[in-house]
Amino acid sequence: MRSVRGPALAGLVAVAALPWLVGSYPVKLAQEILIWGIFAMSLDLLMGYAGMLSFGHSAFFGLGGYVAALALRGWSPSLVSALVLPAAAAAAAGLVVGFLSIRVSGVYFIMLTLAFSQMFYAAAFNAEWLGASDGLPGIPRPRLPGLDLDRTEVFHLYLLAFFVLAAVALARVVRSPFGRVLRGIEDNERRMVALGYAVHRFKVAAFVVGATIAGVAGSLEAQFNGYISPEALFWTTSGEALLMVSIGGAGTLAGPVLGAAAFIGLQSLLSSYTEHWTLILGAAFIGFVLWAPEGLLGLARREAGGGA
Amino acid sequence: MSAPLLRCHALTRRFGALAALNGVSLEVEARERRAIIGPNGAGKTTLFDLITGELTPSGGHVEFAGRTVSGLAPHAVARRGISRSYQRTNAFRHLTAGENLRLAAAAGSRENFRLLAAPPPPAPSSAAVREVAQAVGLGARLDTLAGRLSHGEQRQLELGIALATRPRLLLLDEPTAGMSPAETHRMVRLLAALPREVTCLIIEHDMDLVFTLADRVSVLHQGEVLAEGLPEAVRGDPRVHEVYLGSAGEA
Amino acid sequence: MLLFLLSVGLTLIFGMLGVVNLAHGSFYALGAYAGIAVAVFTRSFWLALCLAPLVVAGVGAAIERSCLRPLYARGPNAQVLLTFGFIYVFDDLLRWLWGSHVRSISPPAALAGVVSLGPGRFPVYRLFVILFGLAVALLLWLALERTRLGAIVRAGVWDAEMTAGLGVNVARVFTAVFAAGAGLAALAGVVAVPIQAAYPGMGVEILVRTLIVVVIGGLGSLEGSLAGSLILGQAETFGKAWLSDSSMFIIYGVMAAVLLLRPTGLFGRALR
Repeated sequence: MRSVRGPALAGLVAVAALPWLVGSYPVKLAQEILIWGIFAMSLDLLMGYAGMLSFGHSAFFGLGGYVAALALRGWSPSLVSALVLPAAAAAAAGLVVGFLSIRVSGVYFIMLTLAFSQMFYAAAFNAEWLGASDGLPGIPRPRLPGLDLDRTEVFHLYLLAFFVLAAVALARVVRSPFGRVLRGIEDNERRMVALGYAVHRFKVAAFVVGATIAGVAGSLEAQFNGYISPEALFWTTSGEALLMVSIGGAGTLAGPVLGAAAFIGLQSLLSSYTEHWTLILGAAFIGFVLWAPEGLLGLARREAGGGA
Repeated sequence: MSAPLLRCHALTRRFGALAALNGVSLEVEARERRAIIGPNGAGKTTLFDLITGELTPSGGHVEFAGRTVSGLAPHAVARRGISRSYQRTNAFRHLTAGENLRLAAAAGSRENFRLLAAPPPPAPSSAAVREVAQAVGLGARLDTLAGRLSHGEQRQLELGIALATRPRLLLLDEPTAGMSPAETHRMVRLLAALPREVTCLIIEHDMDLVFTLADRVSVLHQGEVLAEGLPEAVRGDPRVHEVYLGSAGEA
Repeated sequence: MLLFLLSVGLTLIFGMLGVVNLAHGSFYALGAYAGIAVAVFTRSFWLALCLAPLVVAGVGAAIERSCLRPLYARGPNAQVLLTFGFIYVFDDLLRWLWGSHVRSISPPAALAGVVSLGPGRFPVYRLFVILFGLAVALLLWLALERTRLGAIVRAGVWDAEMTAGLGVNVARVFTAVFAAGAGLAALAGVVAVPIQAAYPGMGVEILVRTLIVVVIGGLGSLEGSLAGSLILGQAETFGKAWLSDSSMFIIYGVMAAVLLLRPTGLFGRALR
């Protein structure tokens, strides 16, 4: 852990300095990576640490985005609208969805979480007051004292701050006694029950934590783009995050961020050379699932450690 | 005469038309070491499943320390003080032996819900964990991944996990399954050294172990209690010989 | 009926292999496009109906053997992720080979036109789709109930481990079932073209509806697929008429409710 701190700090400083170093397009990419990095990390808590493959994570992401949109547009362009309300809404949704979803396991769990995100999607898609299929445009960025978030550099640091907060919080959680319990559940759930752990309570708690952070990511996405649409709730959005977690390396927190960078970076890089970046990405992903399930980070560790 | 620690009353468990357990009644005193023997398919593991709550009885009930536990969720039963080791090692394969024991020891602790607690210092084991590790002979192997331990060591870990929860009643399902004579000998010594405060119920096929450790023996056959009593009495019982001891040739 | 053809393949794949094949919609789309290619090249819809599903079944078999088989030991998560990855691959491949425009062919001359049936007038082709679907259902039922392979498949759906223990080469049966499922999806695709045309997003769009049918009908059950597709079809029709805004939400809600309360659906058997 200590060995990562130096490079990580250097990386942070580099990312922070980007708006002053490069043009607006790379900066936008970096900001997308930060937002999706947060989303992917929150999913990793469920997938990589608790072993729950959830296709419902987009529900919390989109919910956060919509609540932020409504609050920032219709109520007050404040930090409360941008952060507190979306997080609270996502946490509540996480509690309900989590409580219900953990009653089933295996493929049924996968399909149930998919059904839940589709329910959210259907609700948003068909609601006129939510903009129906067009979603909600014209989302203002919050007005913070002394900071003009409409300026790229300022917004960039704002996003970076959230990213660091989310990363630190999640890192703490996975190393806490709670995190150890989650890992035990992933390794051998039946034994955890036999030892006396109220496993379902831990799973729901993981859901709530993951959902809350996903909701924050969704809110940031809404602020970044200036609009939110039902696509954010569709199950394939969860799928994309799952892709990022898998490619980067599940169960590592850093891996998902790497995966987000790879996905978004490749998408941007490849699409300028070829139309077929989805094919390459899909094939790469399949390759990872088959031959490198530990993802990019796992591969890097293998290289560095010489095969521990 | 105090009440028994564990009381199974007319326990029955059916799977469709098959009665794996049929009206089994059993009483185990505190501090007792009871061996459960019988041919395969006699219902021994099913009995354990019913006691721990992993299966619900089709009939009858289980009382522990005077309170009914049948019908409770398995984790609640465990929290009452009943712990179990499995016939096939059921450890946390991707964690080290030390982490396995630590997880077991931490069950039920309020610490588990502290999400933002700072990570513990690098030294992995608390006193409780080291104590259990010593007791099961894994003191030197705490940093090895459970999946990488030898078979005998895995069985020791299996016992350790069950012990680390500091149970009042310990259910051991064939603790020496698949062990060499040397490993078995070691396991018998470990079990004999267990504190008497831990009441033990042991399923075993190894008769030497049974006669060394057990205070009393219950014989199960086709889901029913065939005989019960002191080891010597059971050993000499002709019915037991007929169904089990004679055919297995282990006596 | 299209939903039936699609869901029967998916439900058999799930029942036998325990895999939720998220790429099933991609097989549907592939079938549609391949069907168009054959029909255009040979000028015969009927040839397309025969060849396209065979080709796609072959693709399915290849995927099962090379990619899915190594993952059986790793559990449902890895398998679902893999099939999800294939959605991306196929989506791009289809766009690459056939472009992003909508493509269609008209129904064959024999099935063109409209017929009067009682009070209403129906396109002949639509009637064909229904009858064809029922015919396929009957054939599948016969195959499952009356042939040795069918018995093996049914046994495998019930208990794959046991079936392997009986000396059956389960691996080959798995491949066959996956290929058959893919072929059925492709068949649905070809049949769908004259009605709905072929477009790149058709696979993902129909996938969720197929999942709903399989969940409601019961995983692994032929009757379940039939019942489920009928129920969903009716629900969607009535839903659009009466509850238009909330019908989608309610249908997904029913899917969730079934998974929570009766995961085996109407006709499915519990997974061991």
